[in-house]
Amino acid sequence: MATHGETLATARPRVGGSGIRDRPLLLVGFGLVALLVALVLGVGVGSVAIAPGDTLAILAHRFLGLDLPRTWSDATETIVVDLRLPRVLTAMLVGCALAVAGATFQGLLRNPLADPYVLGTASGAALGAAIAVLVPVRFVILEFGLLQGLAFLGALASIYTVYKLSRIGGLSPLTSLLLTGYAVGSLLAAGLAMAMYLSGAALRQIFTYLLGSFDAATWPRFLATLPIILMASVAIMLRARSLNGLLLGEEAAAHLGIDVARERRILLALASLATAAAVAISGLIGFVGLVVPHVVRLIVGPSARLVLPLSAIGGAALLAYADIVARLLGGIPVGVITAVLGAPFFLLILRRARTGYEL
Amino acid sequence: MSAPIVELTSVSAAYRERRVLHDVSLSIATGERIALIGPNGAGKSTLLDVATGLLRPSAGQVRLTGVPIDALDRLDVARRVAVVPAAVDLPFSTRVEEVVALGRLPHEDPFRGARPADRLAIAAAIERVGVGHLLGRDVRELSLGERQLVLIALAVAQEAPVLILDEPTVHLDLRHQVEAMELLVDLNERDGTTVVAVLHDLTMAAHFFPRLVLLDGGRVVADGPAAEVLVPDRIRDVFGVDPSFVHVPIPAG
Repeated sequence: MATHGETLATARPRVGGSGIRDRPLLLVGFGLVALLVALVLGVGVGSVAIAPGDTLAILAHRFLGLDLPRTWSDATETIVVDLRLPRVLTAMLVGCALAVAGATFQGLLRNPLADPYVLGTASGAALGAAIAVLVPVRFVILEFGLLQGLAFLGALASIYTVYKLSRIGGLSPLTSLLLTGYAVGSLLAAGLAMAMYLSGAALRQIFTYLLGSFDAATWPRFLATLPIILMASVAIMLRARSLNGLLLGEEAAAHLGIDVARERRILLALASLATAAAVAISGLIGFVGLVVPHVVRLIVGPSARLVLPLSAIGGAALLAYADIVARLLGGIPVGVITAVLGAPFFLLILRRARTGYEL
Repeated sequence: MSAPIVELTSVSAAYRERRVLHDVSLSIATGERIALIGPNGAGKSTLLDVATGLLRPSAGQVRLTGVPIDALDRLDVARRVAVVPAAVDLPFSTRVEEVVALGRLPHEDPFRGARPADRLAIAAAIERVGVGHLLGRDVRELSLGERQLVLIALAVAQEAPVLILDEPTVHLDLRHQVEAMELLVDLNERDGTTVVAVLHDLTMAAHFFPRLVLLDGGRVVADGPAAEVLVPDRIRDVFGVDPSFVHVPIPAG
């Protein structure tokens, strides 16, 4: 084919090994270091400040079995191991879940504005939590109360309803999913508003859930959620090929060898499972699932093979740091922090749209 | 003579009760270059959907490389037939080389991604289609002509023996139309790729394609070289226009 003179002049130089975009492993390494720093800082920050050296020594002593000279008190060890560590790890786990789910929903719905809550999981979880606060029944299994249970089930039930309803009618699957998600979400939001109106003194409890926080993080809750989120995230990453095919649209994906209807069903289920587990233990934390995948795409491009693992690391780091900031500011809800940090950051990205990246 | 690479036998097909193909038989041999022509709604795109397994025929049989299409999964089909995507609307900023790389999806290791052989095929496709000067650019910023070439490069990277295009020259200016056509001829003649293209421009079809298949009302009404298919009476009957609007060039050789 002829070379077009005018395009040759404006073309960027051939990409080859230069720039961070072509070195994803460097980013993974950077992300892991950021996570480790977040872990040490996150454990150190609080009413009792703990030196990074002590934090590392306690962790090495307890989890690696290193025989180190004890320079810390038993109380310090309890604070580190039983109180702060599960909190920091929960923040990371939830951040990972929301960012991976967000990347999945964006790719699946081919919509840059999608987030983990777009198909009604948030409203479902919120209504479930509100109902749990209102009904006079209390029980605890593995430290999971009615609130966590109903939030988890509410999220899954709403997305199942959305998926089933979206298959009725003649709209294209994607439009139908989005519109059904919006409709069901609105209906559930009305239920939530009603529950909050009726809640009286319990309103604050519902409100706290809606804002999201890691105050309630414990080892059993973390350990019960860990396998769900890890399994779902890894399973999504193993289906990166399907998300890549869907970049071109559903028909093109089918021509590239992807069983679109099946992959859509599986990916929806996995991303919803991760989201439901995350919102059950931490409430509704916004912005992570929307912003992190976009930031990652801005750096490494749209391939799900890179976007998913880097989003997992980025989401984990973002929420761990946001929680540190929240605690430093006297325990304000972490959801407020992510929005306050996330919104300007997102606007910054949108400004960069002029120089290459567009939503 | 080996089995036809694409073979439709007495195929009927319907979208939601509406029959759009009636008893269509079409046999395509390896290395052929075929233009599917016909008015809007004649069933051209439906025929492609049936031939690529996106739509199950209500009657008849489809075979790819001699194998019934029911016995092939999506990946098997994608390794036999590459379809140049129509009107792609990318949701995220995507570079030219990232789009071309998607052509390797049917071949790449599902867990580990692209291997050296895949990277080689991507580079070869970029070279073959001549889009090397576009590397690094966001596909959404390209002109329609450039974008079409990138999508053809994607299909070439797929390394399937059959290349299918649905109106590849729509929205393109004349120069880009001719360039796209010349590329298809070159892929067909030099690489031996079987090319099947739905075309609206009868002059282009007649000039660049040795075999034309004319569809009307879901049936094949003519099949052969341009001089036999595009006779004035048939143009009037099928397209409802004065045949003097259509100039059928006599292909050289």
